[in-house]
Amino acid sequence: MTFLQLENLHRDFGTVKALNGINISLGEGEFLSLLGPSGCGKTTALRLVAGFDRPNQGRILVDGKDVTNVAPNKRDMGMVFQAYSLFPNMTARQNVEFGLKIRGQHKHDRGKRVDDLLELVGLGHAANRYPHQLSGGMQQRVALARALAIEPRVLLLDEPLSALDAKVRVQLREEIRRIQLELGITTLYVTHDQEEALAVSDHVAVMYGGVIEQMGAPAEMYTAPATPFVAEFIGTMNRLDAVVIDGTSGEVEHSGLRLHVDAARGRRNGERVLVLIRPEALELEARTNGAAPNSFAGEVLTQTFLGPVTRLKVTGSGTSLIADMSTARAAALPVGASVVAKIPSEGAKLISLPDDGPGLPVLDPDDQ
Amino acid sequence: MKPRRRFMSLSAFLWLLLAAAYFIIPLFATLLISLKSNQTGKCCTAHNYGWVLHNGDFWHTLKISFLLALETIVISLLIFVPTIYWVHLKVPRLRPVIAFLALIPFIVPPIVMVVGLLRTFKGSPAWFYQQPWGFLATAYVILAFPYMFFSLDAGFRSIDVHTLTEASQSLGARWTTTLFRVILPNIRTAALAASFLTLAIVMGEFTIANLSAFHTFPIFIQYVNESQGFPAGAVTLMSFGITWFAMLSLLLVGRKRGQSGGVIAGAK
Repeated sequence: MTFLQLENLHRDFGTVKALNGINISLGEGEFLSLLGPSGCGKTTALRLVAGFDRPNQGRILVDGKDVTNVAPNKRDMGMVFQAYSLFPNMTARQNVEFGLKIRGQHKHDRGKRVDDLLELVGLGHAANRYPHQLSGGMQQRVALARALAIEPRVLLLDEPLSALDAKVRVQLREEIRRIQLELGITTLYVTHDQEEALAVSDHVAVMYGGVIEQMGAPAEMYTAPATPFVAEFIGTMNRLDAVVIDGTSGEVEHSGLRLHVDAARGRRNGERVLVLIRPEALELEARTNGAAPNSFAGEVLTQTFLGPVTRLKVTGSGTSLIADMSTARAAALPVGASVVAKIPSEGAKLISLPDDGPGLPVLDPDDQ
Repeated sequence: MKPRRRFMSLSAFLWLLLAAAYFIIPLFATLLISLKSNQTGKCCTAHNYGWVLHNGDFWHTLKISFLLALETIVISLLIFVPTIYWVHLKVPRLRPVIAFLALIPFIVPPIVMVVGLLRTFKGSPAWFYQQPWGFLATAYVILAFPYMFFSLDAGFRSIDVHTLTEASQSLGARWTTTLFRVILPNIRTAALAASFLTLAIVMGEFTIANLSAFHTFPIFIQYVNESQGFPAGAVTLMSFGITWFAMLSLLLVGRKRGQSGGVIAGAK
């Protein structure tokens, strides 16, 4: 049953449409990540839910009640901010206690709740420290405890990990998920980090240009992107702009290269499509003789060591492909080696492109 | 073993000595004058300090100026803290406009200001126009505006007003709660600085009080200066001491605050 509902939300800032009619339905206790590049409208959406801003159009419903015009201090929503937001004049304990004091909770109950929450976030020992005596990660844990203290109906997290270093980020995101599952709290999480979103969420909504491009389970977003933008944004994807040659057999053509793609079966001949292949789906081997069917011949241009896997960039005939393979196997294919990349007919996805429109949106590399 | 750093270079020491001499010599000369007998002109007696302390006008005018300073501080804080908070939060584009307005008391000569104020408030009730707590306090609030604004503005700029406000609101706090329990404690040092600057200004303001015919502490100092040569030195030193005592209080309060968890985290 839907607990948090965003209905046709619009928000304009002058001529800029920050949100252009987004719809979200989230069940109680579910975790949804709003994922997208800078300026896509994800933080605007979160601020509308928090009540810090009002939509030009649309409604926000929590448990069936319209809260669109309710003041932020009456919404019962806990929020963790991107910037360190602890009150500098208060200790960690006083910060967590703040919301409970506002609610007039009895001192004894307050103390117990604060102790429990600080233990929950692993900071029982730092209760009497001031924010400037805590690390960034510790501050965000206190901020999380503070947001949870008021037993909010919805927990809102606005890129809470973006200021932290990589290791703490991974550690803390797992803790956020653990606590969210433990408390069963409905959570809306804003991030531009796809790995973070895919790792902790029940659902991911990818936003671009003020609209939701696709919403679904993390695995679905990764394996079956519905739009060229999602394909570009989630994970690394090889994209081949192609035309369906034979819709019956599933044959497409890209730069003179004919490929069999199962997903092309039933498509109209002449249809412009985007063939999407994940780097891990490509099989790369040393070229020995003539090109095999459904394969692409080229030369290794670069090798990037990523730990357990190595990423190889292969170019040839005006096309570039990226392939991930085990580091041990990649050692046999040094830069400059002639290789053949086998494109699996069943592993490739297809997205229709407008016949005369643009291909893919170009993303800022920082946003990926 | 690390070589011992020299405590201070010779040139730095000389400059420091020169600067200290610039401040200390006039004070020392005033001290010497204040210790001379008003009857014989010979050194050294504390009689002048006794004369000042036993002078009813000294205490009366000191009380008036001190209460006026407190009134000015309270009114200024009540007006400017919420205003500057609101400007930072909601209309930051107005900040330069207010900064410009804050400079006006520096630009307009006190004589022009007092004539303008006297004309403006001429028809106002006697309890306002004829009392220092009304007319003079109003003039002093205007006079303290730049000191209040620039001190408080610096305080607000040192914290993340937006995030702290939104964090407080999301926890259920109202505007007033947010202002008094979250924002104000974090700009306390700035508010104290503004308050003590205001105190120092009001305690030493002569022109407006004189032209509007109010008998304040600086008027008393001037009167003593004209009529009693050596006690004037004692009054001058005592007023200097009062100002320094106020500044020292600020320093101590600020230092204590820094030790108990300063305004660092959460700052932009």
